[in-house]
Amino acid sequence: MNNLLVLPIVIPLLTAGLSFISWKSLRLQRILALLGAGALMVAATGLFISVYTDGIQVLQVGNWPAPFGITLIADLLSSIMVVLTALVGLAVAVYSLADIDEQRISFGYFPLLQVLLTGVSGAFLTGDLFNLYVWFEVMLMASFVLLVLGGESPQVEGGIKYVTLNLLSSVSFLVAVGILYAVAHTLNMADLSLKLPRISQTHPTLILSVAGLFIIGFGIKAGIFPLYFWLPASYHTPPAATSALFAGLLTKVGVYALIRIFTLVLPRTTFSYNLLLTLAGLTMIIGVLGAFAQVEIRRILSFHIISQIGYMIMGLGLLASKDPAARLLAIAAAVFYISHHIIVKTNLFLISGTVKALRGTYELKSLGGLAASSPWIAILFLIPALSLAGMPPLSGFWAKLAMIKAGLQAQQYLVVVAALAAGLLTLMSMIKIWDKAFWKPAPEVVPGEGWHSTGALTPRRLLLLLGPITALAALTVAIGLQPQLLFTVAERSATQLLDSSAYTQAVLGAGKEALQAIDLVQGVTP
Amino acid sequence: MFFLLSFVVGGLFAAGFYLMLRRSMVKLIFGLVLLSHAANLLIFTAGGLVRARPPLIPPGDLVPAKEFADPVPQALILTAIVISFAVIAFAAVLVKRVYRTVGSGDVDELKATDI
Repeated sequence: MNNLLVLPIVIPLLTAGLSFISWKSLRLQRILALLGAGALMVAATGLFISVYTDGIQVLQVGNWPAPFGITLIADLLSSIMVVLTALVGLAVAVYSLADIDEQRISFGYFPLLQVLLTGVSGAFLTGDLFNLYVWFEVMLMASFVLLVLGGESPQVEGGIKYVTLNLLSSVSFLVAVGILYAVAHTLNMADLSLKLPRISQTHPTLILSVAGLFIIGFGIKAGIFPLYFWLPASYHTPPAATSALFAGLLTKVGVYALIRIFTLVLPRTTFSYNLLLTLAGLTMIIGVLGAFAQVEIRRILSFHIISQIGYMIMGLGLLASKDPAARLLAIAAAVFYISHHIIVKTNLFLISGTVKALRGTYELKSLGGLAASSPWIAILFLIPALSLAGMPPLSGFWAKLAMIKAGLQAQQYLVVVAALAAGLLTLMSMIKIWDKAFWKPAPEVVPGEGWHSTGALTPRRLLLLLGPITALAALTVAIGLQPQLLFTVAERSATQLLDSSAYTQAVLGAGKEALQAIDLVQGVTP
Repeated sequence: MFFLLSFVVGGLFAAGFYLMLRRSMVKLIFGLVLLSHAANLLIFTAGGLVRARPPLIPPGDLVPAKEFADPVPQALILTAIVISFAVIAFAAVLVKRVYRTVGSGDVDELKATDI
């Protein structure tokens, strides 16, 4: 029992509630957003330290024993993800102070941001499938409103596509949950992982179709090929702070759910891993090729999200390998990749927002000369951009290196070639942004858009915009220089993921004791 | 009854997907409604259909009688209904907003954010 587990869910929820109460005072809402995000960061770090030193932490909500009540559980993967959520939440909260206009704040931007963080943390910490569905919906509802907040024409248009496809994925997920309950009579993930191997022997096709429904449901949310079309149609429409939050967190919740389902809940079948591996290879290549056709910074970055998701899914797909060392390395690489990617991708979207704040546009053809006029921002762009492409010695290089090494060990040469090609094409794409937005001389007349010089930004605003960007860039460099620190954590979490006995013991062990205690009270021998 | 409900679920899914593939945004909303109904009914049917056996433990016993109507799927459906109600309400308002900004109820007209 560890009550620390509820804090990452309760803190943002409480902050959201307080912000709703202080609806009229925008100043109070801003202060609350910062305090809430800071407190979440502290709680998440505390949870991570406690998981790292004492092993998996479990909380049975309301003291109901395990398979009956709702379980909150944090293993290393969950706690890493919660720390990253808090990090992105904090960075975006600070950035929003300068980026989000008064009108959006007065329509509840900050409370919605906190509700979104609640949903994301909840999804990472729950140990129950239906509860996962509920947290997904909390997260989605908040993201729906955040996406269309402001009501500009492209926003509501992108909103329709986003809402429709995400609802479809929820339906697919819900159907899978319903079928699992019908065959196993439980929705506790640890309990399912013990019961499903036997059920899959009697009903192999049923479990396989459940796996398919999960791939469709979470695949839409993660944005894997061929289910990603909502992502580039909507992510570039809201303000930069919102799209950075989405780009950093939302698709990764889908990836997390896929990893959790396919390592813990469902029995491991080579067929589904091979399917995931194929989809991963296609996602990388198609995503990066999609980026080539784009001439708007955030659309290019949106396509790169898809391509990068491919790398993470590749780690999961490599579990098809027979070599246990390759499996361990693959999952460790996936965890490393997710951590690196969340930091880098959030940062790139934040930088694109700063470019927009300076020049009033995201279109590459109207941009230029930023390297000469704002060299500081140019350097801050280069760090995450090169890291995304996998240049040494930045974090992305180590992430890609580990993933490719795992692919070679698992002898999946085709997907390794795809990964290398996607890395090269990513570099070309990043050079395109660098060349068009930063290096080439600025166009004489900017058609349509209002031109703002650097002087238009007050020092305070510039500090709020560049503060989070600099912090995230420093983190990228730090991971790049000391990759073994993060990699040790990733490897330990991979060990936990591959051997689920510690997880099930942590959830059900306590539950069994509680059940026995109830039996003793009633005077019945178990 | 089980077979009848299975066909109803299948029919609802088919109708829902068909409506979603139409060009009208209003039909899109109805498609979403039908899909969420189909999912709920599927959970209900798959959870087992038992008539007139409430999940009550007779006085003196510790476990309920052999076959009983499982309350968990119904609880799941209740939650899912509330969630889908909220989401559909949001989607309906969003469609109205899109109609006002774009000036058309045709999904094919929504090309501004496409690739």
